[in-house]
Amino acid sequence: MTSRIAKKRGEWINRDKPLTFEYEGQQVQGYEGDTISSALWANGIRVLGRSFKYHRARGLLSFANHDVNALMTDGEDTNIRADVWPVSNGMQLAAVNTEGGVLKDKNKYIDHLSPFLPVGFYYKTFYKPKRLFPFWEDKIRKAAGLGKVNFNYPRIIKPKRYAHCDVLIIGAGAAGLSAAINAAAEGFNVILVDENRQAGGSLSYDHAGEQAAADTLNTLLEAVEAEKNIRLITDAYAGGYYGDHLVPIVEKSGITKVRAQTVIVAAGVFEQPPVFRYNDLPGVMLGSATQRLVHRYAVKPFDKGVVVTANDHGYRTALDLASVGTEVVAVIDMRADGASQELTQKVKDKGIAVHKGSCIYEAVPTKGKLGVKEVVVCPYNETTAEADTSRSVRLVCDGVAMSAGWAPAGALLYQAGTKMRYDNDLEQFVPGELPEGVFAAGKVNGVFDLKARLQDGRRAAGEAMNYLGKAVSVDTVKPVSMARPSHPYPIVNHPKGKNFVDFDEDIQVKDFINAAKEGFDNIELMKRFTTVGMGPSQGKHSNMNAIRILARIRQLPVEKIGTTTARPFFHPTPIGHLGGRGFHPHRYTAMHQWHVDNGGEMMDAGIWLRPAFYAPQGSGLTASEAVQQETLAVRNAVGMIDGSTLGKIEVFGPDAAAFLERFYTGKFVDQKVGGSRIAMLLDEAGVMVDDGVAVRMADEQFYVSTNSSNAATVYREMQRNVQLWGMQVTLVNLTGAMAAMTVAGPESRSVVATLTDIDVSAEAMPDGAFRSGQVAGVDARVMRVSFVADLAFEIHVPYKAGLHVWKSLIEAGQSAGIRPFGTDAQRLLRLEMGHHLVSHDTDGLTNPFEAHSDSLVKMDKPFFIGKRSLQILAKKPLGKKLTTFVLEPGFNGELPQECNLVIDAGNNITGRVTSISFSRHLNRHIGFAFVPPEQSSAGSGFQIRTDSGAMVAATACEAPFFHLLESKGE
Amino acid sequence: MPLGLLKYGLSKEHPAPRFFRDCTQPKKSYDAVIIGGGGHGLAAAYYLAKDYGITNVAVLEKGYIGGGNTGRNTTIVRSNYLTPEGVNFYDASVKMYEDLSEELDLNLFYSTRGHYTLAHTESAMRTMRWRAEVNKHVGVESRVVAPDEISQACPQLDIQCSGQAPIMGALYHAPGSVARHDAVAWGYAKEADRMGVEIFQMTEVTGIDVKSGKVVGVNTSKGYIETNRVLSAVAGFTPRITEMVDVETPIVIHPLQACVSEPMKPWLDTILVSGSLHVYVSQSSRGELVMGSSLDPYEMHSTRSSLDFVEGLTSHIVDMFPFLSNVKVVRQWAGMADLTPDFAPVMGKTPVDGFYLDAGWGTWGFKATPISGKTMAETIARDVAPDMIQPFRLSRFEDYELTGEKGAASVGH
Repeated sequence: MTSRIAKKRGEWINRDKPLTFEYEGQQVQGYEGDTISSALWANGIRVLGRSFKYHRARGLLSFANHDVNALMTDGEDTNIRADVWPVSNGMQLAAVNTEGGVLKDKNKYIDHLSPFLPVGFYYKTFYKPKRLFPFWEDKIRKAAGLGKVNFNYPRIIKPKRYAHCDVLIIGAGAAGLSAAINAAAEGFNVILVDENRQAGGSLSYDHAGEQAAADTLNTLLEAVEAEKNIRLITDAYAGGYYGDHLVPIVEKSGITKVRAQTVIVAAGVFEQPPVFRYNDLPGVMLGSATQRLVHRYAVKPFDKGVVVTANDHGYRTALDLASVGTEVVAVIDMRADGASQELTQKVKDKGIAVHKGSCIYEAVPTKGKLGVKEVVVCPYNETTAEADTSRSVRLVCDGVAMSAGWAPAGALLYQAGTKMRYDNDLEQFVPGELPEGVFAAGKVNGVFDLKARLQDGRRAAGEAMNYLGKAVSVDTVKPVSMARPSHPYPIVNHPKGKNFVDFDEDIQVKDFINAAKEGFDNIELMKRFTTVGMGPSQGKHSNMNAIRILARIRQLPVEKIGTTTARPFFHPTPIGHLGGRGFHPHRYTAMHQWHVDNGGEMMDAGIWLRPAFYAPQGSGLTASEAVQQETLAVRNAVGMIDGSTLGKIEVFGPDAAAFLERFYTGKFVDQKVGGSRIAMLLDEAGVMVDDGVAVRMADEQFYVSTNSSNAATVYREMQRNVQLWGMQVTLVNLTGAMAAMTVAGPESRSVVATLTDIDVSAEAMPDGAFRSGQVAGVDARVMRVSFVADLAFEIHVPYKAGLHVWKSLIEAGQSAGIRPFGTDAQRLLRLEMGHHLVSHDTDGLTNPFEAHSDSLVKMDKPFFIGKRSLQILAKKPLGKKLTTFVLEPGFNGELPQECNLVIDAGNNITGRVTSISFSRHLNRHIGFAFVPPEQSSAGSGFQIRTDSGAMVAATACEAPFFHLLESKGE
Repeated sequence: MPLGLLKYGLSKEHPAPRFFRDCTQPKKSYDAVIIGGGGHGLAAAYYLAKDYGITNVAVLEKGYIGGGNTGRNTTIVRSNYLTPEGVNFYDASVKMYEDLSEELDLNLFYSTRGHYTLAHTESAMRTMRWRAEVNKHVGVESRVVAPDEISQACPQLDIQCSGQAPIMGALYHAPGSVARHDAVAWGYAKEADRMGVEIFQMTEVTGIDVKSGKVVGVNTSKGYIETNRVLSAVAGFTPRITEMVDVETPIVIHPLQACVSEPMKPWLDTILVSGSLHVYVSQSSRGELVMGSSLDPYEMHSTRSSLDFVEGLTSHIVDMFPFLSNVKVVRQWAGMADLTPDFAPVMGKTPVDGFYLDAGWGTWGFKATPISGKTMAETIARDVAPDMIQPFRLSRFEDYELTGEKGAASVGH
């Protein structure tokens, strides 16, 4: 371990737990608590990855979760961020996006082509002639992307957690800690979150050498620890800000969705790289990155370094470097005036030269561009951004620390709707107008001095508490800030370029200039054309410089350039975390297990599971044979189907009948108690939505059923209209509370009769009648229905009694040969009866006139939903009509499928098949089809085109189809 | 490396000119004013100039060009619609797209990848057949395919969808493509500008001056402009423009959201859509998965993001691709979709003379960019809407002659 230094106070590594891992085939030692990058750096490994576009060697940059060029794979995961991901024993790591290893990457030649790959080059070539584009596209796609995805990676889903608090504080640095302590002391419930593994923010690296700062941090942490109103969550980031203070906190173990009363953003700032030629070489890194290396991981960043700076932070960086034995050759201060006398002297006392009004013109690479050899330092003209190359000095070094300024970590503030303004004293965007209940504190608020940050945290907490209704005196005096922390233009021109602004995307200064030349000279267009800020770090180190460059190009103040929209997520967030457990509910009817036990082939029906048919184990029944047998059982004897999935809504109240009369197309006011009527629902455009049955149980009580798939929709629409129309109606959704079954077929009456006290005789209970009584000893609602057969009884009982009644009926029907039947047989049975299914035989535009449902529409009512549209439609000729049809007897050609088209002699589409089945009972193929109205009368012929293009003759035919039995052989 | 790039490396000055001029102050009058500098508005300007020689045209954009739904959609181009009118229209658009890079002299990355609309239910399978039959009839390559064919095209897809919604088949649409959406707007802007059209960014229309039922001018943040012809091509802002001229439409605005993953080496070569799981996904040439879902279920005029959306979408993404559990979402965003009751657009003339509407593009506007531009240009130039867009006329809502495309929307809305 060549660069590991003696133990530092507060270091984050555990020297008692050494560990070993592999990087690009090389054994590496580290400690528990190291990140991948810190351990590699400690071992003298400098090349941590290759860049996205030019495949340039890259090392450390930020150490703050946006080192997007140091992405690793461990064979399982990919795009692992080495700067923040903890090492573990036995890891086998390799850099992503290389071919043949990170040092010898075969794609590094692309760097030499970069002059020929100007900004947006891919828009300008590869498309003439167009047949060549697939060739180039294939090449581009091969070069694209970062890591390779592991297709065998396991499905990992992390359940969501939920939390609420009075004050959510994002960032546990000085300001955040201070805010938390102050809010908690007043009894408020606080959640404090920080993406680092330990709280403290910059106190744990900047100022870390100072006793006073260390004491302050300890005091703060102890206070937080002692305060039970504070829940501190570290190693977790706030993923985004969503409406009404909803903030997902993302941890490695999953997401906690926090709904807060107020949010204080104390997320700090991102250090921004000054821009000069070869500022991307391994060894060139941000000042704060060197400090993190030193104080958190006890790693000496380089042996011989220079610091390029434009603020006081650079001087502290130099002192930190010197304190761990780095030979600091010089502090290069881009400011003409440099730092204060006192600070300058402190640095000089360490033997460090200070070059005021100077810049790094370029860094000079070692062989293969794998590191820094020296830097060229020149006087810098802050107005023109030009370096005076006639007076250059070369300084030998193996590393550069860069401290030229900061950009606010304000993503959540933007997402919350904060209007940011550019502060010309600070040269930083700061919150201007904050939305309700959102506050900012600390550096993100433009407050840099440590004492002032503590005060600013207290102020923000006070404002939050006032917002929450507790009168707390707030020191509204804005804390004084220290000397200008950011340089207005830390960007040095170089004719040869390679002065990088965006390290994710390899974007150089000239790319911005050229983009502007091509007309992309507002920030949003520039972003899209250059792709600045579009990489995985989302512009954390590049957007601010891009704005400064554009401002200079346009000769406008930074404020006029504005910023691009900061969207979630703050850091890229795993799909499994976001997806969570998912939610795929299934509903089982009361008889579900019976169906399964008896060979029911269960199919999804919306969220319900229903048997399509029954093929008991060992029966050897094919699906079609089972369906035909079930159908014949109903035609010849008796069958039973589980209809529990029907929507069931009870409608009560003085206005119940009047309500249904407005809601549905039929009449209900004059309906007799004990009778049922079809309940057809339209939408405002007159399109058929549902057809159910409404039973009048009492004067002011109806029991309405809906199609299974529409249960939720119809109930919701009823609720909405009850409100809208202000009627005295109460709705109860009994869909899940009641089980339902239909006993159908000529023997159904005798089967039901054995189990009920209701007189089910034809005289006492004609078709459409409704009776309440007992079935198998259970209170039941029984209806005579004729959907699948002329004689059938629909029996509704409480859910819990469903299985008992079902089993009792099966037993009672044994001698009659009862068979359970599934949804497939039901479809065929209703087809034989000539009943269409809404939304199976109709579509999103079908009106009742087209579906032979005129008689269900009572146009003489003053109002019903869709009436106005039907009045208009009634005056127009029909475009199509739903008709029942048959194929030729004995048809054995290619069978038309549902949704095959009806084609006329002129090869035009005139309709389509909506249902088709072979009926063994009728020995014919029967179906429904939309056809032109003139072809819908019985006996009209039309042609159906099959999948393969064959034409099949069909004949419109009256329904029910049973008349075909009498005319057999004709 | 193509030779065309040599000049960039060999010349001292960046040799590329501006795509479009930096127009700041509009003239006193124009032959036509187009409101909205998105793909549609710019395409209309381009075809007005190219097909009809009408170049005294101003395009007014209140933000930056392509910054609305043009820059927010998931870039899918296809024509596998449900009605013959729809299929013909979108097919014409696909054919124009295929040659558009050459025509606009800009690589739009128009990439034909094949498009699979997955069916997880029997009723979805029926709709797929319906669409396939109509498509075939009109001459568009679509067919219903079985799960094993889907697996061949995308072996990474879990056909069982983690047991949540097994795939029964798909509608395969060979011409299904993706394109670089921003470039479409830039390309039209570039060529329109070259022919003389003036494009004003950061220029907001504040009113439309109508006298005796005729458009006579527009008020803008940069002053009054005289004109007799105004096209509104503003997607989610349509209601605000139509209010200015008292034209009623049944358009409602719902947010539509999308998100993008971090870049990874390309593995997903096709475009996949699942109606049941409310997902559409493709992988861009940068290696990012571009993912979208169904419309937000409420009306709202805002482009804010919601957590619900990305939670729901990703939960279904892991059903389809369990191995993506630890792949990360980088960014999410939203657009404002202008929806009609029948999921078909509103195009053509309006009751106000000289006010033309190109709206109701809901979730399907990007794919129609070329053909909508071309047909709207014709409508403006001749003051007659061509037959192709007659089915989309505004008056169809009063006439009850809807063009039912609801079944062809890519995911259930």
